[in-house]
Amino acid sequence: MSANNSFPTPFSPTPHPLERRIIFANLTKPDYKPDLITYLAHGGYNELRKALTLKPSEIVAAVKASNLRGRGGAAFPTGVKWGFINPNDGKSHYLVVNGDESEPGTFKDRYILHRDPHQLLEGIAISAYALDVHLAYIYIRCEFPHAARIVSNAIAEARAAGFLGPNILGSSFSLDVFVHQGAGAYICGEETSLLESLEGKRPYPRIKPPYFPAVYGLYMQPTVVNNVETICHIKHILRLGPEEYAKMGTPGDGGTRTLCVSGDVQKPGAYELPAGSVTLRQLLYDICGGPRPGRTFKAVIPGGSSAKVLRIGEKIITKSKNSDGSLSEKQTDILDVIMDASNLAAAGTMIGSGGVIVLDDSRNMLWALNNLNLFYAHESCGQCTPCREGSLWMAKITSRMLSGKGVPSDPRTLLSVANNIAGRTICAFGEACSWPTQSFVEKFPEDFEAAASNPITTLTAA
Amino acid sequence: MAQISNHTETTSQNPNNSQTPSRQADNIPASLLQQINETIARYPVSKRSASLPILHLWQNHFGYIDDSAIEWIAHLLDLQPINIYELVTFYPWFRQSPPAKNIIRVCRTLSCALAGSYEIFDKFCHAIGIDPHLAAHHDGLINSPCGNFSIQFVECLASCGTAPVCLINDDLYEKLTPNDIPKILEKLKTNSEQTPNTP
Repeated sequence: MSANNSFPTPFSPTPHPLERRIIFANLTKPDYKPDLITYLAHGGYNELRKALTLKPSEIVAAVKASNLRGRGGAAFPTGVKWGFINPNDGKSHYLVVNGDESEPGTFKDRYILHRDPHQLLEGIAISAYALDVHLAYIYIRCEFPHAARIVSNAIAEARAAGFLGPNILGSSFSLDVFVHQGAGAYICGEETSLLESLEGKRPYPRIKPPYFPAVYGLYMQPTVVNNVETICHIKHILRLGPEEYAKMGTPGDGGTRTLCVSGDVQKPGAYELPAGSVTLRQLLYDICGGPRPGRTFKAVIPGGSSAKVLRIGEKIITKSKNSDGSLSEKQTDILDVIMDASNLAAAGTMIGSGGVIVLDDSRNMLWALNNLNLFYAHESCGQCTPCREGSLWMAKITSRMLSGKGVPSDPRTLLSVANNIAGRTICAFGEACSWPTQSFVEKFPEDFEAAASNPITTLTAA
Repeated sequence: MAQISNHTETTSQNPNNSQTPSRQADNIPASLLQQINETIARYPVSKRSASLPILHLWQNHFGYIDDSAIEWIAHLLDLQPINIYELVTFYPWFRQSPPAKNIIRVCRTLSCALAGSYEIFDKFCHAIGIDPHLAAHHDGLINSPCGNFSIQFVECLASCGTAPVCLINDDLYEKLTPNDIPKILEKLKTNSEQTPNTP
């Protein structure tokens, strides 16, 4: 129990042999403090000094060469996103750091914000220098009240020491950074919604095109929105060199990636692993210690609750190129799928935010889906009709099925509602709320048919 | 803008009448005003951006946001009251009625539910005298009869690795078991008896 200000963490003091802690290198140390003195004693702000001697375009090129992908959920190549900003267009540019961490199953940014805020600030300073940004905001969800204070204190410390503010480290580069707290809405994690929220409005996502943040972002100026973990990687790209950094991961997914494992495993926690270095089997059995005693795994949600669920035992058909250029098909057990962006996409789901939720054979998938449906019904912003009405409709159906009042058409209705939301909304919330229903119903028909075949006992009485 | 503000001020309750509740906007301490001004300075491009942070400051000070607050903040930021009102009604964190001394937010979403958060929520509710079924389906905080506790079943608090968790006031409580709950409540009761009722 009791946490208060001590923040117990799900980290073991010694990393698992498969782990490679870069972002988590310092914050997992029990005596590490979030203050400037501690950060400087661990080599802090050296990369910022180095960055200020480089040309901004050299830093953007390094980020491109690093193959870093966004760690917030969409896995968009960070260097490409940065490349959309033209430093010579004469406009104001903004950097907004997304610390709204609220995708169920994801809990990595929490530890960075609470325990190593200067790592984030150094990343922000380097990124801002590269993107010709002089004003940056860190959007932190209000459910992290201590984090907002810790990061604000860190900003004041960094400013007093000349790492932020006017003429950073004696250069001509100036940067102001401020914390902006959210107010309890999941939708604010969507980047254009976050910008609306930062502008003091209801966080209704903007339609793309034309409102890509890089074109019409904060205050309609070119803006980069990056996840907290993504920004932390920037200094390590400079420290290790982009080639060395990229080599840790796979060609399409460079560096390390944090996987947050929760649910029915022996050792839940946040694990920083070289991207694409482990299979689902290694993650669940070697790193997380396997299922609880007497249980077997039933299902895995691999990338935050919005990612399509995987059924243990299912086979994935992957195509690979032979040495002579011909294609061959291969059946892979789901447990042997590599946990990176491209392999999970091939398996019909996504790495998303890296939030892995594990369910064992004691769980009913209708119950689990209903839990998620209630989440999405609560969090839909209400801007688009299919999502506003559909998310609630799906939650009503699964709740009714759970209460024993299922009808045989329920699984079909669920799929039909989900299919009519996905692709018909302004933002990706439409997909996020449909994918669980689509995948749960399709992959675990037995759990849904059992509830759907229950007779209606109360309707006749009414 | 100024005209609308004056109009709303004259039609709202007369602060000299002792029978009407006092308007928050008539009781803004200097320290809060200073914080609000500092907040506006953080948004040099558009002061409308300060609306969420000001609502946070306001709610932290007064405990909730009343109609006078909505008008006052709108006037301060050169906005219409609706521009502030729509934020208060959209964002789940803001409330328009007073909470109890301690606010308990139990995480409801999947990882915590797998780890027993429904049981934790029920146990909290029973211990503070609230019907858990009612509370689970209530939108927003629900206050206990004793006035010490407000409770809400909330969505993911982003600490799934230490589930089940709850956020009490500003503090996160992790890896909860039903046995922890009487101890937590006892500690909170003692703390709130030592501090005055003003937030």
